[in-house]
Amino acid sequence: MALALDVLSWVAIVGGLFFMIVGTIGVLRMPDVFTRMHAAGMTDTMGAGLLILGMCLQAGLGLVLVRLVLVYVFLMFTSPISSHAVTRAALASGVVPYTKRKEG
Amino acid sequence: MFAVATAGILVSMGLALTRAFLGPTVYDRVMAVNVFGTKTVLLIAVLGFLTERPEFLDLALVYALINFIANIAVLKFFELGDLGRSFRIDGGGD
Repeated sequence: MALALDVLSWVAIVGGLFFMIVGTIGVLRMPDVFTRMHAAGMTDTMGAGLLILGMCLQAGLGLVLVRLVLVYVFLMFTSPISSHAVTRAALASGVVPYTKRKEG
Repeated sequence: MFAVATAGILVSMGLALTRAFLGPTVYDRVMAVNVFGTKTVLLIAVLGFLTERPEFLDLALVYALINFIANIAVLKFFELGDLGRSFRIDGGGD
């Protein structure tokens, strides 16, 4: 049982790290703010979610589990609102979204 | 397990910080700092498990909320040049 939990949390943590690192590479390499926001959103949902799931499997039942779930809930509330606010501010200040047509 | 998680989160924080330094517009920087803050929340939580002191999760909770408020405040400041003014021109609240 303990071995199964360890294996599951290894899988969750390594998967979360994969999504997180791929997402930040996307943040580094995408061409403009709006496409970068897409990559950043992926680190916040899959990366943080899988990492916290891996920690939940190690925590066992108790207050620690409740706190982990609370951290996840707060991240899920705040991350879309911040993304929306950044996009809205960038559009309102006149950043032009990147399209293929602009280059040709 | 948690040592691996810490190392991976640190690498990812480094990448986000690079974008925050490079970012051509101020919105790139704000977005990168937001990503960096989310990673910091996870880093605090993982460090709590690594050092077997799960009380660190309370700090992670507080940091998540502070990060959100700070991000919204910085965005409002750069959009309006002022923290007190309303977003709408016709005087409605936001």
